[in-house]
Amino acid sequence: MNIQHVQLRNITKRFPGVLANDRVNFDVRAGEIHALLGENGAGKTTLMKILYGLYQADEGEILINDAPVRIKSPSDAMRQGIGMVHQHFQLVPPFTVTENIALGLRSAREPMLDLDAVGKRLRELASRYGLHVDPHALVWQLAVGQQQRVEILKALYRDAALLILDEPTAVLTPQEVKELFVTLRRLTETGHALIFISHKLHEVMQISDRVTVLRDGRVVGTVATKHTNTKELARMMVGRDVVTSWDKPPVKTDDQILRIEKLSALDDKGLPAVKNLSLDVRAGEIVGIAGVSGNGQRELAETLVGLRRAESGVVSVAGRDLTNHDPADIIAAGVAFIPEERMTMGVIRDFTVQENLILETHAQPPLARKALFDFDKIAAHASQLVREYDVRTPTLDTPVKSLSGGNIQKLILARELSRAPRLLIAAQPTRGVDIGATEYIHKRLIEQRAQGTAILLISEDLDEVLALADRIAVMYEGEIVGVVPPNTPVDQLGLMMAGAKRVSS
Amino acid sequence: MKMKPLDLSRFNAIIVPAIAGALGLLVGAVMLLVLGANPLDAYAAMVQGAFGSPNAFADTLVKASPLLFVGIGTCIAFRCNVINIGGEGQIVIGALLATAVGLTFQEAPSWLLVPGGLLAGFIGGAVWGGIAGVLKTRFRVNEVLSTIMLNSIAGYIMTFFLNGPIMDPTTLDNAIRIPQTQRLPVASDLWRWIPTRFHGGFVLGLGLAVLVYILLWRTTMGYRIRAVGFNPRASRYAGISVSRYQLLAFVLSGALAGLGGAVELMGVTHRLFSDGSASGFTGSAGFNGIIAALFGGLHPIGTIPASILFGALLVGANQLQRTIQVPSAFVITLDGLIVVFVVASQIWSKRTRRVTEEPARPVGVTALQKTEAAK
Ligand SMILES: Nc1ncnc2c1ncn2[C@@H]1O[C@H](COP(=O)(O)OP(=O)(O)O)[C@@H](O)[C@H]1O
Ligand SMILES: [Mg+2]
Repeated sequence: MNIQHVQLRNITKRFPGVLANDRVNFDVRAGEIHALLGENGAGKTTLMKILYGLYQADEGEILINDAPVRIKSPSDAMRQGIGMVHQHFQLVPPFTVTENIALGLRSAREPMLDLDAVGKRLRELASRYGLHVDPHALVWQLAVGQQQRVEILKALYRDAALLILDEPTAVLTPQEVKELFVTLRRLTETGHALIFISHKLHEVMQISDRVTVLRDGRVVGTVATKHTNTKELARMMVGRDVVTSWDKPPVKTDDQILRIEKLSALDDKGLPAVKNLSLDVRAGEIVGIAGVSGNGQRELAETLVGLRRAESGVVSVAGRDLTNHDPADIIAAGVAFIPEERMTMGVIRDFTVQENLILETHAQPPLARKALFDFDKIAAHASQLVREYDVRTPTLDTPVKSLSGGNIQKLILARELSRAPRLLIAAQPTRGVDIGATEYIHKRLIEQRAQGTAILLISEDLDEVLALADRIAVMYEGEIVGVVPPNTPVDQLGLMMAGAKRVSS
Repeated sequence: MKMKPLDLSRFNAIIVPAIAGALGLLVGAVMLLVLGANPLDAYAAMVQGAFGSPNAFADTLVKASPLLFVGIGTCIAFRCNVINIGGEGQIVIGALLATAVGLTFQEAPSWLLVPGGLLAGFIGGAVWGGIAGVLKTRFRVNEVLSTIMLNSIAGYIMTFFLNGPIMDPTTLDNAIRIPQTQRLPVASDLWRWIPTRFHGGFVLGLGLAVLVYILLWRTTMGYRIRAVGFNPRASRYAGISVSRYQLLAFVLSGALAGLGGAVELMGVTHRLFSDGSASGFTGSAGFNGIIAALFGGLHPIGTIPASILFGALLVGANQLQRTIQVPSAFVITLDGLIVVFVVASQIWSKRTRRVTEEPARPVGVTALQKTEAAK
C-alpha cells in the first residue's frame, strides 16, 4: 500500500439539477496535508466520495502513483490504501472500540474472532499516533472527539496510506482540535497523505500544506498555504472580498438593558442546565457567550425569552422584571430572538415568505386592522424587508421551506431586527450559513449595536465571538466560568470552554 | 398569502381525489358484477337518483347540508392540526339543545325560534367540542380518543332524554315507548322550497363556508390557527398561545357541527329521535363530513362540491337499492371504498408533494440571477 501520489483528473459529477463537480483536478502527495476548502454545497464531500468509491464520477479519472485505477466501492478504496473519516461517524455504538475496529475484517482464526490480536495492534497504533482511547470502552460512552479517534484508527488499522477527513473539526472543542492537529502532523511525518476538508479558514491556514478551493463544483485554485492568507482564501471561496473584522467604537453608555441574576433552569430531561447564572448586557454592547454547544446555552436563551421556566433567579429587561413572563409579553418588551433551531422554531416552513415575516407583528396596525389583514400593507412590508435584507426568494408567496438555509436566516434576521428591539438574543446566528451570508449577518449585528441595541450573542464559533463581542462570557456546564475581553488568547478561551480554567470577574 | 383561485396545487387537490373516487367506483363495479347486477345500470340509477329531477337534486343538497357544516368545521380543526373526529357527538348535542329550545318555547314566533334554535345548536356543539379541547390542552388527553368517546356519551345522553324527559307524550299515552320527541313547533321550521325538501340550511352552510374561508386566510385569528397547526413551537416562539388556539379550533369546529345538527333537526326531521346510538340521528354525517373536508382539500370552499358529491352518493345509493335490489350492505361498502381511496390518495399526494417541493436550488439560482441583474 505505497501511495506516493493520488490524482483526480477532470472529475465531473452530476446530480439531478446540480453539477456537483465540474472538471475538478485535485492531487495529494505522501507526507502532505492538502486542504479542500469551500462553502456548503461546493462539492467537497461529493469529490471525496468519488475518491472513496461511494459515488462513480460521470467523467474523469483517478490515478494512484501515475497509474489509472478504478474505485468501484469503499472496499476497493481500502484495498488501494484509501481511508475516509466521514462527517457523520460510522460506528456501532453498543460495540467496544476493539469490536468496531474488527468489524468487517478477516480474523486470523476464522470463524472465531481474534479480538486480542486486534486490541494489541490497536494499542500500538494508538500510541504511535497519539490517538489515545480505551480499547474496551463502549463507543456510545465515548466523547465525540474520542469517537473520531476510533474512526481514524479504523482507517489506519486497514493500512490507509491516504486519509480523507471530511469536516473533522466541526464537532470538536478547540482543545480537541489541537489534539487532532498533533495527530495529523504525526501522520504526515510517517509518510501518510492527508486530505483535510473544512470551511474554516484559520484551521486550513494552520494545518495544511496546500489548499484547493472549490466553488459551485469548480476548482477556483490551488495554492501553497505559506503563500496565501485567510483574506485571499475567503475571496476565492466567495468570489469577492469578505470582511472578517469589524470596527467597533467603544460602548458609550452604562445603561444596563439585560440583567440576569442567579438564574437557574432545567433541560428537557429535567436536569439542571443553567446554574445560578448572572450576566448583564448594556445598550450598544455585544456580549458573546462562548462555549461548546450543549452546555446550557440553548436553555439559557429559551429561559430569557419565556419559552422555558426559570426555576429561580431574575431576568429583567430595561429595568422591568420579565422572569417567567409569556413570550408575547417579552416580545412586547422589545426582546428579539434568533433561535438556534431556525427551521423548527424560527420559521413556519409551510408558510410563505411574507407570512413568516409577520410572525410576531401580524396583529399590529397597519398590517391588520380589527383582526382583518391588509394584504397590500403586508406585501409592502415584506417586500421592503426582503429587499433591505437581501433575502433571495422568487416571490413573496414562496413557501419558506424552499429557501436555502442562509436565506432563511436572513429572513429571520430581517423580521427580528425590523421590530427595532432593545435586546437581541442571537443564538448560533451563522451556524451552517456560508461565508457571504455570515458576513452579511455580522454586518447587521454590528449596525444594530451602533444603534444602541443590547446584543447577547450565543455562538460555538469562537472566531465569530472574537470578531463581534465586546465582552466574552464562557459557558461551561450551565455556568459562566469567566467574563473576559475579546483580546484574550484563544488557548485560554479553549481551556475555559473545556472547563479546565476559571476566571473570576 | 391571498388565495389564487386556480393554481396547480389547488387543481391537484380536486383532480387527485376525483380519480381516487373513480377508482373506488370501479372496484364497486366489480362487486356489482359479482352480485349479478349491471354496473352501468346501477351507476346510472345512482346518478338519476341524485340529480335526475329537481326533487332528486334537492334531496342531494339536503343530504349534503350536515356534511357541509361538519366539513367546514373540520377545515378549521385540521388546519390547526387538531384531529376532531367528534362530529357525531357534536351534532347530537347541538340537535338536543335546539330541541330543548323548540320544546320549551312552543308559542314563540318564528323570527325568535329559528335563530334561537340555531344558536342553541351552535352552543351545544361548541361545548361538546370544547370539552375535548380542554381535555387535550389541560390534561393532554389524545383528542382522537376523547372525541370518539364523547360521541358515545352524546349518544347515551340523547337516548336518556328521549326515553324520559322529552319523550313524545303521545307515544307515552299509547304505551308504545318510541325514543323520539313530539314534532317541534312549526315556527321552528327552516325556510323550505316547497314542494322539494330543499331548506335554508344549505344556504346558511354556503355562507358559513365563505366566512370560514375569510376567517382562516384573512384574519389574524385564522393566521394563528394555521400557524399553530403547522408548527406549535414556532407559534409559541412568536408569542401565540398554542393551547388557546387549539381550544378555539375545537370550539369552532364543534360549534359548526352542532349547528349542522340543529339545521338537520329544524330543516328535515323536525323531531329528535334515536336508535340508541348517535348515528341513528346523524346518519354518520359527523364522519362523512370529515371525509368531505379531506376531499375538498381542507378548504371550506372546496368542501362545498365535496359535500354535494357525498350527498349525491347517499341519495343515489338509496335509489340504487330501490331499483337494482342490491343488498344495503353494498351501499355502505361503496361508501367505504370511496373513503379509503380518497384518504389513500391524500396520503399519496402529500408524499409526492414533499418529494417534488424539496429541490431548492433552481429557485435560489433564479433569484440570484434576478438580484444580479438588478444591480
Ligand atoms: N446524493 C445526492 N443527490 C443529489 N444531490 C446531491 C447529493 N449529494 C450532494 N448533492 C448536491 O451536490 C452539491 C454538492 O454537495 P456536497 O458535495 O455535499 O458539498 P459540500 O460537501 O462541499 O458541502 C450540493 O448542491 C448538494 O445539494
Ligand atoms: Mg460536506
